[in-house]
Formats: sequence, C-alpha cells, structure tokens
Amino acid sequence: MMPFSYRRPSSIDQAIQMAASGGGRLLGGGTNLVDLMRKGVERPSSLVDVTALSDAIEETSDGGLLIGAAARNSAVVAHPLIRARYPMLARAILAGASAQIRNMATVGGNLMQRTRCLYFQDVPGSRCNKRAPGSGCDATGGFNRYHAIIGASPACIATHPSDMCVALAALDARIHVAGADGARTIRMIDFHRLPGERPDLETLLEPGEVIVAVEIAASPFVGSTYRKVRDRASYAFALVSVAAGLTMRAGTIAEIGIAFGGIAPKPWRAFKAEAALRGGPATAQAFAAAMSDELADAAPLPGNAFKIELAQRTLGAVLAELSGGDR
Amino acid sequence: MAIRINGTDVAAPDDARVSLLDLLRERLHLTGTKVGCNQGACGACTVLVDGARVLSCLTLAVQADGRSVTTIEGLGSADGPHPLQNAFIEHDGFQCGYCTPGQICAATAMLREIEAGVPSYVTSDLTAPAPLSREEVRERMSGNLCRCGAHNGIVDAILQVAAERAP
Repeated sequence: MMPFSYRRPSSIDQAIQMAASGGGRLLGGGTNLVDLMRKGVERPSSLVDVTALSDAIEETSDGGLLIGAAARNSAVVAHPLIRARYPMLARAILAGASAQIRNMATVGGNLMQRTRCLYFQDVPGSRCNKRAPGSGCDATGGFNRYHAIIGASPACIATHPSDMCVALAALDARIHVAGADGARTIRMIDFHRLPGERPDLETLLEPGEVIVAVEIAASPFVGSTYRKVRDRASYAFALVSVAAGLTMRAGTIAEIGIAFGGIAPKPWRAFKAEAALRGGPATAQAFAAAMSDELADAAPLPGNAFKIELAQRTLGAVLAELSGGDR
Repeated sequence: MAIRINGTDVAAPDDARVSLLDLLRERLHLTGTKVGCNQGACGACTVLVDGARVLSCLTLAVQADGRSVTTIEGLGSADGPHPLQNAFIEHDGFQCGYCTPGQICAATAMLREIEAGVPSYVTSDLTAPAPLSREEVRERMSGNLCRCGAHNGIVDAILQVAAERAP
C-alpha cells in the first residue's frame, strides 16, 4: 500500500474542506476501498474518514425517512421503521455481503463502492479500461458470467454490485450531497453513470463533494420485497436481483416500482417494464411481456446470456408473490 | 485518543496503513485473531469493535481510534473458557482450528443480534422476533468460512449456547 494521511472530520464543513484538498478519497467503512488499496487498484494520498458525520435515521415531514450517510448498513436494517415500511430495502441490505461487512459499511460508502469485476481488481495481470483508461478490457472476451447484459459499453461491462442501491433505485431515493459550492440533491437513478467511453467515471459526485444523507419518500407500495439469485445461498454477488414494490387496485396494477441488480453497470430501474405493467393485470404473461420490453436492448455475452431468462423468471416470481400469486 | 483492546488502552499507530489485524498480531502479539484471505472474504480475522463483529483485515487501526476492541483473548481463556468455546469442543466445531477464533467472535455478536431482534435475509417476518433455527444460524454465519467443513458442528455448538441463554 502507498503511504497516505488519515483524518476524521467531525463536521460536514470540515469534511468538504478536507475533501477539496485533492488526491484524497472519502472513507466510510472501508470494506471496498481498503481492499482495493491493498490490491494496488486504488492509490489515494489521503483518506478523509466521514464516519463521524451524521448516522441519524429521521422521519421527514412528508412521511419519508432521511438516512445519514454515515449510518452503517446494519443500523439501517435494525431501524424498526425501515423494516416496517420498506421491506425491499431491509431485505436488499440483508442480502448484501456478510454480517461483519454490513456492520462496517456505511450508506454513503455503499453508494460509492466501485462498479467492478475481477479483471478490474487483477493488478497488474489484466487489462482494464476502468483502472487504466484506454488499456483495453479483458472481461469482454474472458469469463463474463457476472457481467452486464444491458447498459454496458465496449469499454466496460462490469456491474455495480450493491444490493441496497437496487432497492433505493426502485424507491426513487434522493441523494443529498454538499460541496464548497453548496448543497444539491441527485436522484438515485441518476447518481450512477453508464460507462460509455469513460468507465473510470462512475457517479455524478464531483471531487470535493460529500454525501450527506439518503432520502426515501413514503412508500407508495402495499407490498415490496427483494430477491437475489446467486451462485451460492449466501455471501455472494448477485447474478440477478430484483427489488420490486406493488400496489393492486380493483384487480389491476396501480403502483409499481422495479429495479434490477447484477445485470447492468448501475442499479437498473426497469422503467419500460413498469410502464408495460401499470394499469394492467398481474398475470404471468404480463410479467414476461414486460420483461421482454425491458430487455429489448440487451446485449448479452457468451458467459451471461442465461441472465435474460433468469431475470425474466426472477421478476415473474417476485411479482407473483407480491400480487398474491402462488409462485 | 487510544484504542481500548481487551480492556487495555493502546496508542493508534502513526502509520495509517497498519490494519487492525496487523496491529493485533504483529505489534501486540495477540495471535488468536487469524489472517485468512486478508481481503474480507473468509471471516477468520473477525473481532468485536464496540460490540459489533467486524473484519479486522479491512479495518485500518486508526479507524478504531477511540473505540473498544474485543478479540478471542478477551472473550475467554484456557482457565475460563467462553461458553461458545466449550460448546465448540463438545460438538467438534473445528478440525484444524484456524477459523475458530473468528467463528466464536462472530457467533458471540450474532447471538446478541438475534436477541436484539435483528432479522436476516432468510427471516420471513421482518418485524417479529427473529427465530433461532439452523437455517438462520447458517445464513447469519455465512461470513465465516471453515475449509475443514466443520460447519455442522459449528451450528450445533451455537444452537446449544443459544438454547442455554434463552430466557
């Protein structure tokens, strides 16, 4: 590991000041960043530990919740209002990593973990456009079982591995950030970028900006859940995961929110599938047709073409469960 | 500030690169905590920080400044073993023993998490008290690998201690 300085600011203003000083990275629990530093992928000259900033989980005036960026993943699940009102968020967090890592990882850090694959972490063995822009991608012609089937680019096919972020995308969360030029809010669905020709740029957070909190509105869904399909029963990244919320009225779908993990470079909000389903019946045929719409532009690779059917079946099973079906 | 380790205050290292794991093993010679993968995949380095189970390999020692760390040496001793240590012996919860300190630190915190009502991914009702079953223990302990394959004995040992502690 390269030498680096370490500071732990106690206020947002201090954190912004330190973050703006250049060459540094913000440190949450460190479960991704410290690992990447040890592997030589990340080489920051300074770390600004933002875990002393707000970790409060508070109700907002319009019935939603504001979650401090320093809240540990496990603390979010432990909060009774999260479990009672946002089952898909609680289940998504519980599906992620291990209990030890959930105790360490913060909400802000979960958002900022790298979109990554094994080739990105293989220093110096593999070529990676994300790690070394313009060097090439060894994943495209390599082992790409875990890679994206939609939203990727010739430059990069890595997926964003977060479970929590998938639920936040389905819930249309808003990310509160602050910087030297003031505060702003970014929609969760916009926060992560698609790789295009610049896979090294992963989020809309500007250098010097700090994530302050994540806001979720009152849930419009009567039922919601998160299902994760993976190569082993626990402690593995998703092949496909689905966060879904559903409200039925008079036999038709009135409110629906769907997001996928494991299939794209960012938490994939399924707007096309939602539009196809809204106002219609909750039938297996409708679910399958909606998923076909959603994945019309999919470009699977030899190693991950199975994800198309897996995504279709996982969505069908989740929506059948939420609409009272028997699957 | 200092890091309180098993009740004794220790100065945080000047070099921020030192992991909590290396501080424990290489500088304090608390070698009960084990180095497994050193990348957050195996759980052998699990310790308790302010009572919560964490991976000491992915924790910079400076991050623990001002906090309280408990290692396997702080949980039990040869003269006064922790109930989980006795139960692991009784149920053959290990073969080579390398993962055992991490397993026991993780299980200690896991039992507290269940008592606090924290659900897991396999808990069906997120708002009811979490049940204690093999399936629950396996899911909750999935961050600790045992390459000897003693997982069945580990689950038995944990379930026995949990049953003894139940009100």
